[in-house]
Amino acid sequence: MKTGEIAAEDRKVALFNLGFAYSAFLIGTLCGLLQVFIRNDALKLPEWLDYYQILTAHGLLLAIVFTTFFIFAFFQAGMSRTLGAFGPKVRLWNWVGFAVTALGTILVVVMVVAGQASVLYTFYAPLQAHGLFYVGLALFVIGTWIQGFSLVGHYAVWRRNHKGELSPLFAFMAIATIILWVIACLGVVATVLFQFIPWAFGWTSGINVELSRSLFWYFGHPLVYFWLLPAYMAWYVIVPKIIGGKVFSDSLARLSFVLFILFSIPVGFHHQLTEPGISSFWKFLQTVLTFMVIIPSLITAFSMFATFEIRGRELGGRGLFGWIRKLPWRDVRFTSIFIAMAFFIPGGAGGIINASFQMNEVIHNTLWVVGHFHITVGTPVAMTFFGLTFWLIPNLTGRRFTKSLQKLAFLQIATWSIGMLLMSTAQHLLGLLGAPRRTAYTGYAHDDALAWFDGLLTNHVTMAVGGSILFLSAVLLVFIVIQLWWLAPKADEQTYEAFPIAESDSSMTPRFLENWKIWIGIAFLLIALAYTIPLAEIIQHAPPGSGRFQTW
Amino acid sequence: MKKSGPSQPNLKGTLISVMAVGVVIVVMWVCIYLLYIVRM
Amino acid sequence: MHLHKYEKIWLGFGVIALIIFLSVVGVSAFAQGHAPSSGHMTIDPEKVRETAPFDQPGLHKKEDGTYEVAMIALTFGYEPSKLQVPAGKEITFTLTSEDVVHSFSIIGTNVNMMAVPGQINHRTHTFKEPGSYLVICNEYCGSGHHFMSTEIEVVEQ
Ligand code: HEM
Ligand SMILES: [Cu+2]
Ligand SMILES: [Cu+2]
Repeated sequence: MKTGEIAAEDRKVALFNLGFAYSAFLIGTLCGLLQVFIRNDALKLPEWLDYYQILTAHGLLLAIVFTTFFIFAFFQAGMSRTLGAFGPKVRLWNWVGFAVTALGTILVVVMVVAGQASVLYTFYAPLQAHGLFYVGLALFVIGTWIQGFSLVGHYAVWRRNHKGELSPLFAFMAIATIILWVIACLGVVATVLFQFIPWAFGWTSGINVELSRSLFWYFGHPLVYFWLLPAYMAWYVIVPKIIGGKVFSDSLARLSFVLFILFSIPVGFHHQLTEPGISSFWKFLQTVLTFMVIIPSLITAFSMFATFEIRGRELGGRGLFGWIRKLPWRDVRFTSIFIAMAFFIPGGAGGIINASFQMNEVIHNTLWVVGHFHITVGTPVAMTFFGLTFWLIPNLTGRRFTKSLQKLAFLQIATWSIGMLLMSTAQHLLGLLGAPRRTAYTGYAHDDALAWFDGLLTNHVTMAVGGSILFLSAVLLVFIVIQLWWLAPKADEQTYEAFPIAESDSSMTPRFLENWKIWIGIAFLLIALAYTIPLAEIIQHAPPGSGRFQTW
Repeated sequence: MKKSGPSQPNLKGTLISVMAVGVVIVVMWVCIYLLYIVRM
Repeated sequence: MHLHKYEKIWLGFGVIALIIFLSVVGVSAFAQGHAPSSGHMTIDPEKVRETAPFDQPGLHKKEDGTYEVAMIALTFGYEPSKLQVPAGKEITFTLTSEDVVHSFSIIGTNVNMMAVPGQINHRTHTFKEPGSYLVICNEYCGSGHHFMSTEIEVVEQ
C-alpha cells in the first residue's frame, strides 16, 4: 500500500475531526427529520423533549459542529499534503485544539439535552441559557483558534523555508479562511465573554441586547463564508484535478479569497435590517459592502465554467455546449460537487434578495430563510463536503472506494438533491406567503395561514416528504462513511485513493496577493468604518440592561 | 471572429452559462421586488 | 493579472446589475421613504407600561391626522390584544418588547419589524384594503412562540 501522501500521524488528527463531524451529522439530520414531522402535526413529542430543544440541536450540530470539524479535517489533511508533514509542535497543538473544540461541543450539547439551553444556535439575549452553555461556546471557538493557529504555524515554517515563493493554492486558501475565521470570532468571543457569561452567572444584572445582537452578527455573516470558502477551495483546487484539468487562473482564485477577507466581515447589519437601534444610514452602508462580497462569487462562477469548458474541449467536446457531455459524469467525486454548485445558483441569487435592504422585510424570519440556507450551506457546502468525503476517508484510511460504494454514493447524492429540492422549494414559497420560521406546528386560525397548507408545493407535506428523503440520504452517507473507514477492502498501489490537487500556474500571479499584512490591515479599516460609529451609539445610548429570561 | 490564441481559450459556452446565471439572479430579484411593491 | 475578454463582459454585467439593484432600493428607501423599520429611541424594558406611548397601548390619532399604534410585544402575545384601524390612512406602528426579542409581522404586507427589549421600533403602513389581517411573531421567543399572534381589523371610515 502506498502511504506516502499524508504522514500517518497527521492522518489521525484529520480522521478524529471527521469522526466527530459525521457523528454530529447523523444526530443533526435526525433532528431535522423530527422537525418536519412536528411542523406537519404528524408527530407528538414526549413530555421531556421539546421542538425548540431539537431545533437548537439541529442548528448547532449541522451548521456549527459538522461544518467546523469537517473543515479542520480537510485543512489538516490538505496542509500536510501540500506543505509536507507537520512538525511535532504543530501536530501537538492540532490535537490540543481538537480536544478543546470537542470539549466545548460536548458541554454545549449536554446543556441542550438537559433542557437548559433551548435558545437556538443564535442564542439571542435576553433568553438566558445555563452559564455552562456559553462556556462551551467559548471553548469551542478557542479550540478552533488553537487548531487554526497551529496550521498557520505550519504554513509559517514553509514560508521561511521557501523565501520569495508563493505558497501552494490550497495552503493559501486555507490560511485566508483561517484569517477570516479568527477575525470573525472576535465578535462572538467579545459578546460571550464580556456580556453573556457574567450575566448568565449572575455577576451582572442586565445585558445590552442590541449590542449582543450586533456583535453576534459581526460574527454571523463571516461565519457563512467560513463554511463556503472550504467548499470554494474544493471547487478551485480539487475539482479541476478530478476532471483532469488545471486551475483556470491562479491569480483570480487568490484574488477572490482576498476579497472575501475584506468584504465578508463589515456586513453583519444585513441580518438586522428590520430592527431598531441602528440607523438606516449604517444599515445601508453595510448593504453596499454586502454587495461587494458578491463580486468574488461572480469571479468564481466564471472560473468554474471556464475550467469545465476548457477541459471538455480538450476531451473533444465541440460546438457551444459539446464540452458538457465530455465531463466525467460517472465519477461521483465530480458529479456530487457539480450538483452542489448548481444549487448555489438559486442559493446565491436568494442571498442577494435577502440583503437588498427593505426587500428583506418580505422574507425576514420567514420559512424562505430556512429554504435559503438549505440551498447554500445545506447543499452546496454540505454536498461538496460529501463529495470530498468519498475520497478523503479512503485516502486517510488506506481503503478503497469500491464500485458498489460508488453506486451507493450516487444514490446518496441523488436522494439528497431531490429531498432538498422538495423541502427548500416548499420553504421558499411558504416563506413568501408569510409562514414564519422557527415554529413548531401551529394552526393560526386565520384564512391567510390556512392558505399556507393548500398549494401544490406550498404545503407542509412536500416539506415532510423532502425531509424524509433527506434523512434516508443522510443515513446512507453515514453507512458509506463507516464502510470507507473500517470495512472496505484495503487499497494497493493501483487502487489507492489519491488526494487530488490540481496544478495551478502561479508564474503570473502578483506576489502582493500573499502579503497578509496588507489585507488584514484593510479588513480592519473596513470593519472600523462600518462598525465604530454605530456600535459606539449602541453603547452610549444603551437602555437599562435586560434581565434573564427562560421562556422555554 | 478573432482568432483565440492559447491565452484566450474558446470560452463561448462559459459566457453563455454565466449569463444564464445572471438572468436567474435578475429574474428572481425582480420578482421579489415586484412582490414588495405590490404589498407596499 | 490577466482577464479573459468574456470574463470582463461577465463582471461588467454583474457589477452593473448590482449597482442597479442598489440604486433602486436606495432611491426607494431614502427618496421615497420606504426604508425598513428602524428607530433610535430607547426605553427601560422594565418600565414599558409606565413610559409613553406604551402606557396607553393601542391606536391614537395624532394632530396631523395620521395615526399611531403603540404596541407592546410580550411572551406570548401583544398588547393591545385587539386592534381596529382605519383603511387608507397612514399608520405608524411604534413597537417595543417588555421581555425577550419578538417580531410584529403583518401577513400580506411588508410590515415585518423586530421588537427588541430596550429599543423602540417604528414602521408606517397604509392599509389599502379593509379586512382582517393576521399578525404573527416570527422571532423565536420561547415555548409558546408558535402561538404568538393577533389580528388587526382594518375598517372603512
Ligand atoms: C436531513 C436533512 C435536513 C432536514 C430534514 C432539515 C430540516 C430543517 C427544518 C424543517 C428546519 C426549520 C425548522 C424551523 O424553522 O422551525 C431546519 C432548520 C435549520 N437547518 Fe436543517 N435540515 C436538514 C439538513 C441541514 C443541514 C445539512 C444543515 C447545515 C449544514 C442544516 C442547517 C439548518 C439550520 C442552520 C437551521 C436553522 C435553525 C434555527 O432556525 O435556529 N440543515 N432544518
Ligand atoms: Cu449574511
Ligand atoms: Cu414572540
